[in-house]
Amino acid sequence: MGRRRFTRDRHGRIRPGLELPERELLRLLPDQARDLVDPGETSAQRLFPVAYPDDEAAQADYHEMMGSQLLEHHHDALDVLAGTIDEATIDEDDLRGWLGAVEVLRLVLGTQLDVSEDPVDIGPDDPRADQFTVYQYLSMLQGEIVDALAAGLPRAGTVQ
Amino acid sequence: MTGPETEVRPAEVDRPEGGEDVRPDRPWMVIVWNDPINLMSYVTYVFQKLFGYSRDKATQLMLDVHHKGRAVVSSGPRERAELDVFRLHEHGLWATMEQAS
Repeated sequence: MGRRRFTRDRHGRIRPGLELPERELLRLLPDQARDLVDPGETSAQRLFPVAYPDDEAAQADYHEMMGSQLLEHHHDALDVLAGTIDEATIDEDDLRGWLGAVEVLRLVLGTQLDVSEDPVDIGPDDPRADQFTVYQYLSMLQGEIVDALAAGLPRAGTVQ
Repeated sequence: MTGPETEVRPAEVDRPEGGEDVRPDRPWMVIVWNDPINLMSYVTYVFQKLFGYSRDKATQLMLDVHHKGRAVVSSGPRERAELDVFRLHEHGLWATMEQAS
């Protein structure tokens, strides 16, 4: 059992509490993913979903208007993770950036691994085994980040 | 950002609609589809954060997506729906929009 991740200090800042190998992985992955995060890349198709499946013209307009903003958003999140990975404490905005980066990485990896609703059958001898281990690690990490951020949301919501 | 705020944005320009029924009084629905990658807790969090829904309502919508394959998560005028879709796309969710029939 490693240290507990994403605890708050008495100033409300968040202590990621990652082990060294985790930090090394999370420093490396954004760099590896950055060039893949592009609307033209097959493994990034989940990052640029179609808004208007039944209307080609409207979809072309949506992509024209929003595509570059969406790309920038995903890249910014990867930059936040890579840029703050060695900080002892981060703030909530940083952690939201981490969440976005982990989401980007999971969508790319999950697409490459062709993850489906069925249990994934990737054994230790499979050439995709390392990739799948990273995917599972990111799933665990994302769950912990969500728990840390969701704790700050009003349970009753802000609208009815 | 992508450019100065005075930039003409193509999607706001009127265009022929190819004979489709585009009566403006019908609201647009924002739909989130089930996908095998996103975590249930993450999807619930995104619904709470983006729409201000309670934990219970966000959880119910997430379960609808998970079990029924899709759920309408918001609805309204086209511009509003498109913004919601974009914010869901920023968060990696598979969201589309369609006009209510």
